Amino acid sequence: MDIHVRKLHKHFGNFAALAGVDLDIASGELIALLGPSGSGKTTLLRVIAGLEFPDHGQILFGDEDMAHRPVRERRIGFVFQHYALFKHMSVLDNVAFGLRVKPRRERPGEALIQARARELLELVQLGGLEKRFPAQLSGGQRQRVALARALAIEPRVLLLDEPFGALDARVRKDLRQWLRDLHRKTGYTTIFVTHDQEEALELADRVVVMNQGAIEQVGSVEQVYERPASPFVFDFLGGTNVIAATVQGRTVRIGETDIAALRDSLHPNGPADVYVRPGDLRVSDADAPGLEVTVIAVQRTGPIVRAVVEHGAGGQRLQVELPHLHHDVPAFTPGATLRLRLAQFSVYPRADRPAPQTGVAAPVLIGRERVRIEVN
Amino acid sequence: MSAVPSSLTIPRHNAAVTEAPWLRRLLIAVALVFLASFLLLPLLLVFTEALRNGVGAYFAALRDPETLSAMRLTVIAAAIAVPLNLVFGVAAAWAIAKFEFRGKALLISLIDLPFSVSPVIAGLIYVLMFGAQGWAGPWLIAHGVEIIFAVPGIVLATIFVTFPFVARELIPLMQEQGSEQEQAAITLGASGWQAFWHVTLPNIRWGLLYGVLLCNARAMGEFGAVSVVSGHIRGLTNTLPLHVEILYNEYQFAAAFAVASLLAGLALVTLGIKTWLEWRHGDALSATRRH
Repeated sequence: MDIHVRKLHKHFGNFAALAGVDLDIASGELIALLGPSGSGKTTLLRVIAGLEFPDHGQILFGDEDMAHRPVRERRIGFVFQHYALFKHMSVLDNVAFGLRVKPRRERPGEALIQARARELLELVQLGGLEKRFPAQLSGGQRQRVALARALAIEPRVLLLDEPFGALDARVRKDLRQWLRDLHRKTGYTTIFVTHDQEEALELADRVVVMNQGAIEQVGSVEQVYERPASPFVFDFLGGTNVIAATVQGRTVRIGETDIAALRDSLHPNGPADVYVRPGDLRVSDADAPGLEVTVIAVQRTGPIVRAVVEHGAGGQRLQVELPHLHHDVPAFTPGATLRLRLAQFSVYPRADRPAPQTGVAAPVLIGRERVRIEVN
Repeated sequence: MSAVPSSLTIPRHNAAVTEAPWLRRLLIAVALVFLASFLLLPLLLVFTEALRNGVGAYFAALRDPETLSAMRLTVIAAAIAVPLNLVFGVAAAWAIAKFEFRGKALLISLIDLPFSVSPVIAGLIYVLMFGAQGWAGPWLIAHGVEIIFAVPGIVLATIFVTFPFVARELIPLMQEQGSEQEQAAITLGASGWQAFWHVTLPNIRWGLLYGVLLCNARAMGEFGAVSVVSGHIRGLTNTLPLHVEILYNEYQFAAAFAVASLLAGLALVTLGIKTWLEWRHGDALSATRRH
């Protein structure tokens, strides 16, 4: 089922949880709604589900506007963060619930209901646990029961609210993989909410990055990570170094150094911010231009080496990350002076404002204002 | 392999308890003596006094027509008041726990009103409203409806004083449970009624039973409010507690205690079931009742 959200607004008192959201979801897609808490992602999910009603706007399932239809008429599968299993019912009864509450003329026979519930439990790999009660299951198992229960009504769309939020890291990783497989097998249009960028990037076909009730960027995992539309998106997806710079024509200048040339001169001249990920800073070649830095500290954490370096007169500190076997690693010894190149970065024009931080108001910049370069 | 019986090892020193052993024993003794003299002894006395003239006299007192009529009225009053307060309590708790609306705080205080008002006042309210000199009384009497000094008054007074029991038990329980399970039920296609019947009610059943139990104990034992509206007409508007008083005032001590022993028995049964509920289903009661 394809889903289209049109100009959706939702206020809670004076707080605008959704401020004009437009989104198109193709049938069979696996979509992540990603954002910090308070960004409106859960509200959007609940409005699509019908657990909240929008102030105005449309929610189209196909070409049918569902915005003001009650939940039970929407036939959606909703999985809650804390599972919301019926704790007085066995696993089988939980899964069968959606079939048993159907109006009599649509309700399958009891034998069929049980067969269907068992089939779903097999699908979520919980065969044999039919008689257990929710309290006797682990968190991961409960989440899978919740999923089987939601699938029982053959929903038009599957909605998951922070589905792995309450699980420990290990189980979360396994379940992600498993959900990806399940999606491939069943093909349900699926929307899930997460604040974990890694989860969104690993699972989703497309990621919707939200901030302050609006969508900052919609795109494939590659698009949002490699070509973030705004400082907010850049910052939210992974760590960020923000370096003050100036743009003159096609030249990007940090301090007294020209560090790169832009591909075109569409970028407005004047002060700008260079956004560069810790993993995109490398030791520059002998005579190439680069950022003069002094290494302050180096820390090895498993497969990644993290270094803190100080740059320029202002003494601004930058984070650098390297794979532990990278040939640059030996150069990072505390006290050493290095020249770094920016393997990949984004430039955003700077208005008179402090550099944006994660979760804090960042002005929305449209894609064109952003210029991206790869220096080889 | 020989099974080693696991014995309870009692730590000799509990770090948190610093009082000397003699002080501890003294405190326990004081509590026990107090309990025995103010609760256990009177209870025993009720039963010994009731049986003072022998088992025959005891049962004769209970078979007295006026006593039987008082029993009947008590059961009737409880049989009307308890179900009504059950429905009201569930509805009020549902509304308070699951919805946000204006005047919610006021509603919660109103539910508590019967706890804070003296039962005599509760009775008087109905006399002032429905009595012969009351607000709606003359009109009602003219139309042949008697409320004060009649069964309806007793039922009304009983409803009033037992109003909070079910709601008070359910509100914290339902607030604690939230409404996610109900939301899950409706996303699965359940109607509001189905969600209530299949999801909400099973989740609150033990708390509900607990509330009903306390409600019933109070309904059958209420004295003050009922006394004001009853008029003490023997065989007609006497409930068990009122009947005990009448018998006692007429120096029929054995009969008075025999009837009182019924109420004491009811209290013991209530206590027994209540303890069982707390022990067996503590996790399904609201947090304040858990042991």
